[in-house]
Amino acid sequence: MNDFTNPLVGIFVAVVAFVGVVGCMVFLWSQDNVGFTVGKTTGHAWDENLEEYNNPMPRWWSWLFYITVIFSLGYLVWFPGLGPFKGVSGWCSQSYGGRECKDDQYANEVRLASTLLDKYKGQDIRALAANPEAMETGKRLFMTYCMQCHGADAGGKPGFPSLSDDDWLFGGEPEEILESVSHGRQGVMTANEYLGADTIKALAHYVLSVNGRPSDPVLAARGRDAYMGEAVCRTCHGDDMLGLKAFGAPNLTNNIWLYGSSEEEIIKGITYGRNVGDGRSTNNKMPAWKDFLGEDKVNLLAAYVYSLSNK
Amino acid sequence: MSETQTTYNYKVVRQFAVMTVIWGIVGMLVGVIIAAQLIWPDLNLAPWLSYGRLRPLHTNAVIFAFGGCALFATSYYSVQRTCHTRIFCDWLAGFTFWGWQLVILLAAVTLPLGFTVGKEYAELQWPIKILITVVWVSYAIVFFGTLVKRKVAHIYVSNWFFGAMIIAVALLHLGNSAVIPPSFDSLASYPVYAGVQDAMVQWWYGHNAVGFFLTAGFLGIMYYFVPKQAGRPVYSYRLSVVHFWALIFTYMWAGPHHLHYTALPDWTQTLGMLFSLILLAPSWGGMINGIMTLSGAWHKLRDDPVLKFLITSLSFYGMSTFEGPMMSVKSVNALSHYTDWGIGHVHSGALGWVAMVSIGALYYLLPRLFGRQQMYSVKLMTTHFWIATIGIVLYAASMWIAGVMQGLMWRAVNADGTLTYSFVESVNSSYIFWQIRLIGGLMFFVGMLIMAYNMFMTIAEGRSEDSPVLAPSAQHA
Repeated sequence: MNDFTNPLVGIFVAVVAFVGVVGCMVFLWSQDNVGFTVGKTTGHAWDENLEEYNNPMPRWWSWLFYITVIFSLGYLVWFPGLGPFKGVSGWCSQSYGGRECKDDQYANEVRLASTLLDKYKGQDIRALAANPEAMETGKRLFMTYCMQCHGADAGGKPGFPSLSDDDWLFGGEPEEILESVSHGRQGVMTANEYLGADTIKALAHYVLSVNGRPSDPVLAARGRDAYMGEAVCRTCHGDDMLGLKAFGAPNLTNNIWLYGSSEEEIIKGITYGRNVGDGRSTNNKMPAWKDFLGEDKVNLLAAYVYSLSNK
Repeated sequence: MSETQTTYNYKVVRQFAVMTVIWGIVGMLVGVIIAAQLIWPDLNLAPWLSYGRLRPLHTNAVIFAFGGCALFATSYYSVQRTCHTRIFCDWLAGFTFWGWQLVILLAAVTLPLGFTVGKEYAELQWPIKILITVVWVSYAIVFFGTLVKRKVAHIYVSNWFFGAMIIAVALLHLGNSAVIPPSFDSLASYPVYAGVQDAMVQWWYGHNAVGFFLTAGFLGIMYYFVPKQAGRPVYSYRLSVVHFWALIFTYMWAGPHHLHYTALPDWTQTLGMLFSLILLAPSWGGMINGIMTLSGAWHKLRDDPVLKFLITSLSFYGMSTFEGPMMSVKSVNALSHYTDWGIGHVHSGALGWVAMVSIGALYYLLPRLFGRQQMYSVKLMTTHFWIATIGIVLYAASMWIAGVMQGLMWRAVNADGTLTYSFVESVNSSYIFWQIRLIGGLMFFVGMLIMAYNMFMTIAEGRSEDSPVLAPSAQHA
């Protein structure tokens, strides 16, 4: 099928529509002037007592009908409505089909909106973070685009990191936050099912013990050996377990948990990994916002997030 | 054989009439559940009980099961009586009953299981759509067959509306169901239209489902039952003629107002808006003709609950058909679209007009179908009327307020170009209105339970009785 861009469709519909609108008026007029006998029936009867009065249509009703038709004809002259005829006002809601508009509503609004944040253009993120007026705007942007996952207080929830503390998966410097907001993030934890359930349980207890949480010391000791030996954990989380922001590998020693601190949740993470994309691991992704929001807003958002932990 | 010795086929009318009440209860119960789910999301207990699957079940149940059975019952009753002849082809009429019930059962199973084509009011999969087509064509054969063998020269106005409804719904259903399944053992299918054409065809269908199924069809009910119950002639024959032709002509164009400010070309949107505006007078023609029929007999409203239902339904019809053209105006639509205002508009039409006129007609029908002078309890009818009316007012008013509030909150912009409110703030502000809506919906639902009790007591004390076919009046024969 054509995409409503073939001009013949528009011409055909325009002719039918115009004839239809005018036809409504002619039809009403023709019926408004037939012989009426007020208070008398038409002489037909159905089902014992069903009859119809031969009353005229109420005057006000006929006028209501005429007015809507006349209004519509005027509207069709002023606005685009009859296929290829653009209307004398030149208005359109957006450019389409290669057509240029004299008064392009969509383009106008985009143009207007694009200038509103000009005063922050190219400003340093630290400077923006210290500017209360800019941070008011930043906060409102956060409440529109970010709070769905990170929460209104930026405190996060399982799978979505807190942005209000000092712990960072991908780094908390202004440039690093800007990169996260602009291009998105997705850290991957590989699946470790091959280690076997016993070793995985031991690793979980080791991680728990490092964070000062209740754990089995025998298992934890075994887990420590596995961490430094057969398992590949330290490749990303490091010998010191402080994590590696290049991969978004979290610090395992600060008792801050992205997916929860229960033994069960930790075992799940080690076994199936995170963001493996095989349907068994939990999947979370920070989307890229730069193309959608533009540079100015992304800058303000990065500054707002920076300000949360650098007051 | 003398026609006067035979009887009207009331059996099929009885079947559809009873099922109207049953499906009304089912459909409105699902509505109450999903209204509660919006307030307490924990009520999404299982995938098949989740909002996304129950919502289409609710709309299909109230429109096609409740509304559909009401249309079948009233049209079969009135077409026989206004044509002074028994229904054409009894077995085919019986088939439309069992076929339609099967469609409803299949919908009630497949929708909660998650089978849907995703088109609003047309969610059912292609094998069910084929069954719908078969049943609907049978309906057309029975209805028009009865018209053909009528014993009077003129066709009464209610039959124009029923007839237009049957033809238009067939056209709409076939047009919007043009899909191709990847294989015949697959329930899934692809629409033959793509992108914005598919959207346009869907809303051509969707809006005319309202226009012909829920408006023209129920005007057919109004034109038979209002003058019958009032015992007075229809106010103006000429008004019937003009508003009938104007209504069925202009309604067909109104669909694009569902797609304002989308990828649909401006000219198409404009036509949708203007024909919706022109639709105001033709729609009101039906209201005027109904209400003015009662002029000179207003006192009957005091103690006749059937007339109370019928006249109130016309008032809601007038309100919704004023509101609809207003909402189709682009600048109003920019505020109202996607908000609860739409829900309020639909329910002032669906509960206030469609359900109330059906209930009034059923209270007229049931005693006559079961050989009694009156319903088991007239007092319960009046109770039903008040509880339903207050329920609708609560429902519609809360949704209007919530909708305008949401629209204003969503569009509020600060000087820096940011949104004043985040979406969740509008959700938070809506809870109180959703609670009022739940109470309103619950009241309407309770009204249906009262009706069911009244109906079963009427049936228990009555007997299935078919009345003899009347000879046309002398002046008419």
